[in-house]
Amino acid sequence: MQGGQIVQRLRDRFGGAVLETHEHRGDATLVVERAMLIDTLAFCRDEAALAFDVLMDLTAVDYLKYPGREDGPRFEVVYHLYSLGHNHRVRVKTRVDEDDAQVPTAVDLWPIANWFEREVWDMFGVRFAGHPDPRRLLMYEEFVGHPLRKDYPINRRQPLIGPSA
Amino acid sequence: MAERTRRQILLGEGSGTGSGGNLQVGVGPAHPAMHGIIRIEAELDGETIVGADVEIGYLHRAFEKDCEVGGYNNAIPYTDRLNYVSPLINNFAYASAVEKLLGIEVTERCKFIRTAMAEISRICDHLTCVGASAMELGAFTVFLYMIKAREFLWELVEDVTGARLTISYGRVGGVKADLPDGFAAKMTNAFKETREVLDEVHRLLTGNRIFMDRMVGVGVLSREETIGYAITGPLLRAVGVGYDVRRAQPHWAYDRVEFEIPIQKDGDNYSRYLVRMAEMEQSMRIAEQALALMPGGPVNVDFEGRPIDPAAYVDQGKQGKTEGLLLVPIRLSPNLQGQNRGAWDRVNAHDKRVVLPPKETTYGSIEGLMNHFMLIMEGYGIQPPLGEAYFASEGANGELGFYVVSDGSDRPYRVRCRPPCLPPMAALHRMIEGEMVADLIPTFGSVNMIGGELDR
Amino acid sequence: MGVGSFFTSKLDEAIGWARKYSIFQYPFVTACCGMEYMATACSHYDIDRFGAGLPRFSPRQADVLFVVGTISHKMAPVLKRVYDQMTEPKWVVAFGVCTCTGGFYDNYATVQGIDTIIPVDIYIPGCPPRPESVIDGLMKLQDRIATQTQRY
Repeated sequence: MQGGQIVQRLRDRFGGAVLETHEHRGDATLVVERAMLIDTLAFCRDEAALAFDVLMDLTAVDYLKYPGREDGPRFEVVYHLYSLGHNHRVRVKTRVDEDDAQVPTAVDLWPIANWFEREVWDMFGVRFAGHPDPRRLLMYEEFVGHPLRKDYPINRRQPLIGPSA
Repeated sequence: MAERTRRQILLGEGSGTGSGGNLQVGVGPAHPAMHGIIRIEAELDGETIVGADVEIGYLHRAFEKDCEVGGYNNAIPYTDRLNYVSPLINNFAYASAVEKLLGIEVTERCKFIRTAMAEISRICDHLTCVGASAMELGAFTVFLYMIKAREFLWELVEDVTGARLTISYGRVGGVKADLPDGFAAKMTNAFKETREVLDEVHRLLTGNRIFMDRMVGVGVLSREETIGYAITGPLLRAVGVGYDVRRAQPHWAYDRVEFEIPIQKDGDNYSRYLVRMAEMEQSMRIAEQALALMPGGPVNVDFEGRPIDPAAYVDQGKQGKTEGLLLVPIRLSPNLQGQNRGAWDRVNAHDKRVVLPPKETTYGSIEGLMNHFMLIMEGYGIQPPLGEAYFASEGANGELGFYVVSDGSDRPYRVRCRPPCLPPMAALHRMIEGEMVADLIPTFGSVNMIGGELDR
Repeated sequence: MGVGSFFTSKLDEAIGWARKYSIFQYPFVTACCGMEYMATACSHYDIDRFGAGLPRFSPRQADVLFVVGTISHKMAPVLKRVYDQMTEPKWVVAFGVCTCTGGFYDNYATVQGIDTIIPVDIYIPGCPPRPESVIDGLMKLQDRIATQTQRY
């Protein structure tokens, strides 16, 4: 299916829950409401015409300092889906505020979401509700803060041993 | 187990074993038989692994944060060090992601160079993977042979890029320099040596009883789970799914070369080994075709007249003696070989907002100098329009994706690398549960975990 | 100079000579530099020529700790522990610029030089160092081993 058709199919199905769509540089993209996120992802996976069986990537972006987005929801959680059978891709995004940085987990749909979500929690501090193992993935437990947030200075070190400078 | 915090494990405090009936064994992060730093907290019943918790992050070096600090091209050295066994693929994939964001197309010759060099890199990666995992099973000869072959390929890479390992050869909009003279002959020779080594390794390993006993039926992951864990690359092809980004979404020049996608169906370590061995042959085939089909005529064009020294060139420009100066070739230092004007045209996208001008123009004309500064100065540089793009290419371990978000400035707002070896590591516990402790080593070897890319 | 000190210095020389050609190294390989380490150790460059061909993958049996590759803050306690497990006499080689100073990873995750954690004898810069510079570093280490005051 072409990108436009995928977007249209999901728009038809979810209507008002799709907040925004675009196809910048040919990447079909949808922004959906958080409440409908898991339904959208499940539909993407299970609908025969879409059949997105691989969660290729799951990450987040901190829009704290993005021009024009300073006041909007701070985080975007980004899902890149791929279908082995149809050889097509879609990007599904959802937006969350800083004081309510929580997204339902997709572990039940794809087991790989487990580690990807742990990484997003580690790096951005976005929680995944219902995650079976909500630990940090890359940093150590003693680490305070979430380094990929735009307000975390790149060289603020928190050594376990050795000098802290 | 629960009362021991990770700090105790890391710092060696605490008692060492758990209190349950099963034995808790920590493998890694600095383990003799594993090439890579991860920690596997294994729960053993006798010699059988009944549960495993894989811990990563020991090589987290803030790749994604570092990318946000400099300009778009400044991220390229960091991409070298993601998958440091096949850095060329990372370079090109990142550059292509930014090109997609900019909406520009690179030249034909550049596409073929990227294809050929990426395949050379892929061979190096598979050689290291197979060699190192064979060594961990005691086949040290194989390791020596394969590193020997890799050395031939590295000499090739060094010829083109100037470095052996961390090459920084890709550029947004092109590559650093054109291929040097006599590259084809050197490649033919290096491939001949590599093929001999592969033949020897086949005879040493492929039918070897000891090797097969350790590999066949070990570390199996079912097709469903492989897909559920988003595993791509050799591990996916080892369960019978012929997904290869080079075929599914052809980029660079992959749609113009012929190659096969090796497939096995058992999903065990041995299948993965066979897939990798077959892929190396295909990669050589692709590189040979890419070189044969490469457009652009001779590699280094001789100019009329004698080349002059860059300093003298600049002096003449300063004195206003610019008449005909742009036509005078500069004697470039060996570091800049392949970046003269003729080569520059062939390998770089013709877009002044993206690609640095050739050195003659920089030294010899005020426009060129300004163009150069505009791309280097902070606050100018490459400025893609607002937006986001995801570019996928086939890394040595599977789909290597770069997701780049631009805020319109000269620095990437966010660079995300989709690491090909993170999904298999997330599924590693599924591969080793139920196996013997000793099977952990070949399974871990067959996953080909690369720390730089896994932890970023 | 007494007869005793004459013999001591000769004994020192003899022990230094023996130690310098029987380096049992522990490669603490973490990152990219490991690829160059492999290349140095294998047939093309062959550090066996310098008596350092046999890696011991146990700190208790090794004399020289090769710290090969970036050390993150998460890895630092592990490195310290490995160093502590080694028996005297022991030497440390910082292999690659990340171990020397942190290199271009000036960020929250990376240790800015392993000499903030453990003492270092020889620094081999480079990102990664070419096998030639590794061999050069190894020879400098051998000189240091041969000429130092030996404890036994």
